[in-house]
Amino acid sequence: MNFSECFKLSGQLCKFSPDGKCLASGVQYRLVVRSTETLQILQLFTCLDQIQHIEWSSDSLFILCAMYKRGVVQVWSLEQPDWHCKIDEGSAGLVASCWSPDGRHILNTTEFHLRITVWSLCTKSVSYIKYPKACQQGIAFTKDGRYMALAERRDCKDYISLFVCSDWQLLRHFDTETQDIAGIEWAPNGCVLAVWDTCLEYKILLYSLDGRLLSTYRAYEWSLGVKSVSWSPSSQFLAIGSYDEKVRILNHVTWKKIAEFEHPVTVASPRIVAYKETEKSPAVEMDKLLFPPSKSVASSLFSTKSKYEIAQLPVSLHHVKPAVDRANPRIGVGMLAFSSDNCFLATRNDNIPNTVWIWDMQKMKLFVVLEQLCAVQLFQWDPCRSRLAICTANSRVYLWSSAGCVSVQIPMEGDFQVVSLCWHSNGDSMALISKENFCVCYLEREAEEVK
Amino acid sequence: MGDWNAIAVPGQLPDNNIPWYTSAKKMSPSSLSVHVLSSPQPLSKSVHSFSSAFCTEENVEQSLSYLNTELTTLGFPSLYADSKGKELYVVSVLNCMNELLQLQRKHLRAQEEAETQHLKLSSDMDHLQNCYTKLKEQLETSRRETVGLQERDRQLQCKNRNLHQLLKNEKDEVQKLQNVVASRATQYNHDMKRKEREYNRLKERFHQLLMNKKDKKIVMDVLNYVGRVDGKRGGWRTGKTEARNEEEMYKVLLNEYEQRQKQLLVENAELKKLLQQMKKEIISLLPPQKQKPRERAEDGSGTVNVLSDVEDDSGEVNKENVWELSCDTVREQLANSIRKQWRMLKNHVEKLDNQVLHVHSETLNSNNTISREEHEMEVERLQLEIQQCKEMIKTQQQLLQQQLTSPSDDDTSLLLKDCYLLEEKERLKEEWKLFKEQKRNFEKERKSFTEAAIRLGLERKAFEEDRGTWLKQQFLNMTSEPNKFEYVKHRSAFSGSSDSDNPLTNFRSHQKKCSDLSNVSTFSDICQTTQHDLANSSSTLLDKTPAVRKSSQVKKEQLRKIHHSGPGPVAQDDTYSLHMWLPSNSCTEHLDNLP
Repeated sequence: MNFSECFKLSGQLCKFSPDGKCLASGVQYRLVVRSTETLQILQLFTCLDQIQHIEWSSDSLFILCAMYKRGVVQVWSLEQPDWHCKIDEGSAGLVASCWSPDGRHILNTTEFHLRITVWSLCTKSVSYIKYPKACQQGIAFTKDGRYMALAERRDCKDYISLFVCSDWQLLRHFDTETQDIAGIEWAPNGCVLAVWDTCLEYKILLYSLDGRLLSTYRAYEWSLGVKSVSWSPSSQFLAIGSYDEKVRILNHVTWKKIAEFEHPVTVASPRIVAYKETEKSPAVEMDKLLFPPSKSVASSLFSTKSKYEIAQLPVSLHHVKPAVDRANPRIGVGMLAFSSDNCFLATRNDNIPNTVWIWDMQKMKLFVVLEQLCAVQLFQWDPCRSRLAICTANSRVYLWSSAGCVSVQIPMEGDFQVVSLCWHSNGDSMALISKENFCVCYLEREAEEVK
Repeated sequence: MGDWNAIAVPGQLPDNNIPWYTSAKKMSPSSLSVHVLSSPQPLSKSVHSFSSAFCTEENVEQSLSYLNTELTTLGFPSLYADSKGKELYVVSVLNCMNELLQLQRKHLRAQEEAETQHLKLSSDMDHLQNCYTKLKEQLETSRRETVGLQERDRQLQCKNRNLHQLLKNEKDEVQKLQNVVASRATQYNHDMKRKEREYNRLKERFHQLLMNKKDKKIVMDVLNYVGRVDGKRGGWRTGKTEARNEEEMYKVLLNEYEQRQKQLLVENAELKKLLQQMKKEIISLLPPQKQKPRERAEDGSGTVNVLSDVEDDSGEVNKENVWELSCDTVREQLANSIRKQWRMLKNHVEKLDNQVLHVHSETLNSNNTISREEHEMEVERLQLEIQQCKEMIKTQQQLLQQQLTSPSDDDTSLLLKDCYLLEEKERLKEEWKLFKEQKRNFEKERKSFTEAAIRLGLERKAFEEDRGTWLKQQFLNMTSEPNKFEYVKHRSAFSGSSDSDNPLTNFRSHQKKCSDLSNVSTFSDICQTTQHDLANSSSTLLDKTPAVRKSSQVKKEQLRKIHHSGPGPVAQDDTYSLHMWLPSNSCTEHLDNLP
């Protein structure tokens, strides 16, 4: 495993281009585009203000930089560096900006979710979509980029509008039997839309592309409900994480629950492998110490090594007691992700923050438990293999595959706390992002293939 | 004897003694009699003291007449020969005495019996009282327990009631809370709606303002418009595009469904294949089994089978078609046939299971019945056999090899073989001879053994006869001797009893002479029991007894003196016996009397 040198960064803005050739990062008001191969700077763009959001267009030709404070979006072209485009939302304000799937339209959400403005880069046309709903996940595009679903709120009722992305024509408009939509998500095949209600009520609605209600699922009543939702890449399963610390798996034929994964504090089943991260200070060899210690020796002295040990079952996991009287309690399954080959599901139960649970989707059983020393910030599956990268806001990155797991110390001087990471689209490298820096980690593909 | 006397407590005197007292009180002229009465002594003693002090040289006549009147009043014959009372009629006196004594004895016995009865009864009484108290206690405790249990029951009921109440309260509370929650929810929803409406109004207004203002700032500043990804120009929005969009959407959906259908078809085909395979396998597994159900079914539900047969046949004919048919038409057939076959298979498996179980149990049983030793023996035998077989095989192999190694020259081999055979024959002959000789020897030995055995048998017979005669003699001797032996035994027992200094036995022997046997036996029993009881009851008296015994000898002599001096015409033996069984009383009295 190799690491690049460390680059400056602000606002955790670091994105690989969809074609995998470039890496864009934002430093204050500058946008830096590097080659992923050499990490040489290809382009440098200067924006009007501090960049708050960057996004690649689907064809990797344009980059969008949003400056919400100013209500301005700037678009840059990689092919024509002197091409420029600036969209000013003026007094309407700006809270969100994104590309349409075709990479020629920009959707800007104004303040107070007053409307969504669709700006086209091809024509002068501007479209407005009124009544967008202010919610966790209100816009969803199908994977093929043909359709967009939008949650709306009119007259205190929830509606879903389906648009054809090619010409922004309204395809379907229907109301949903929800109190207050929290999010919508298309199935990867683009034919089923999952809609979940606010956390006050456990309710999942499944709509077909033509607006028919396929099914409704309610696991229980009277208690806080859905916290996170994720489709499997094959569209076969819908995993629903909820505040009762369980994940429920619905199937795509009957839309009934086929499995329920609990996240208990103690793991006792003997078939589970529990990896526990342990920390060790290296033994100091006294006679090898020099008085003005060299920098590397000094850093190695104070860094502790961590490794995984297989814990004896039953293992009791570190957990925090959530404050029950507070809003948005830290309890329940808040993070869910299927591996790219549909074989595994990784979850995190927010009141057991140090633990990642990996479930075998073929056996519908818990497979591995990884207990970290720090709270898990993020995990992401390799887009090509069933390999999971985890970061826990320290200077290590953790990788799990069914063969085992490793903890890798990032060889950076100074404090490099990985708070986020993103995989390259081919799964050979990933960007490790701290608050002010980022580096690229290259994984040895050859070695793996030799194995 | 002393022990025995200790029972004669004055309070327990029989009633029929009272007249004696009263009469004595009334009639006795002497002052001594007063003393006698004043002292709380039993009758026997008083009699004794009476005899010692009642009559003196001077008042013989008086006492005689007194006695006479007394006796006549009691219904005895007169002591005098004539009615005037001049001459003492000794025979009558003696008779009276005897009768009196007998009466006395009878009374004493009765008294004894009464006393023992009394003791028994009192002990019974005690026992019963104990029982009574115990039972009372039990009753009390059980009553208390009942009360306690009742109390507990009451408490539990109380608690239960309380809990019920609590439950009810809780339920009410829950209901109330639910109501509160519901009302809050409605309130919240209502408020939310109100707020949202307000918010919407504001948004609307804001939107209006934005639109009206024609905000110059809301603008896109582009260097030049870029081409579309597909390189086409965007079309106008018309009904056509709408229709096209719809069409495309349905196409997408259709594609999806088609794909899914294909998947399902593939899955279905695979399942069908599996089913077919299973069916085939079942059929191939079942042919012998199939006969039986058919035969069975012929009686009852033959039609079904016939039908199924028909189905089977049709299935055979156009199986492919059948499998390709949609499920709707074939489903029933298929399900039926599968079910039938499954049932058969199940039966078969069950039967097999049963058989296996049976066999297993049988083997187990047989294993159980065959003893370990037998088993081991069998194993040993088998091993031996195996060994033998192995040897045989080895020799055969050797022979074969020999044959194989020298098959080149047939003649020589034959010759050699012949030679070998001859040699072997010779050897065998010799062996045979040896065997025969041995056999002869064995025969001889056997003969000698049998002879010896016969001899031994004869000797044994003689010995038996001898023994019989000896035994007979012995027996005869024995039969003559036992009588003597018994006799001796008797005598020794007798002498032993006579030798012993025990006064009780003495007394017994006397008793035997005096009264009938049955009475004695009972009396002695009682005596023993009373003795026993006394020993238990009064430890003080027991402590006394050795002293009493010591004094008894002194007493005897004194008594003899008295009797000798006494003028009574009473037979000495009887009086002696009488004294003998009341020594302690007399002794105490004497002690009292003597200074």
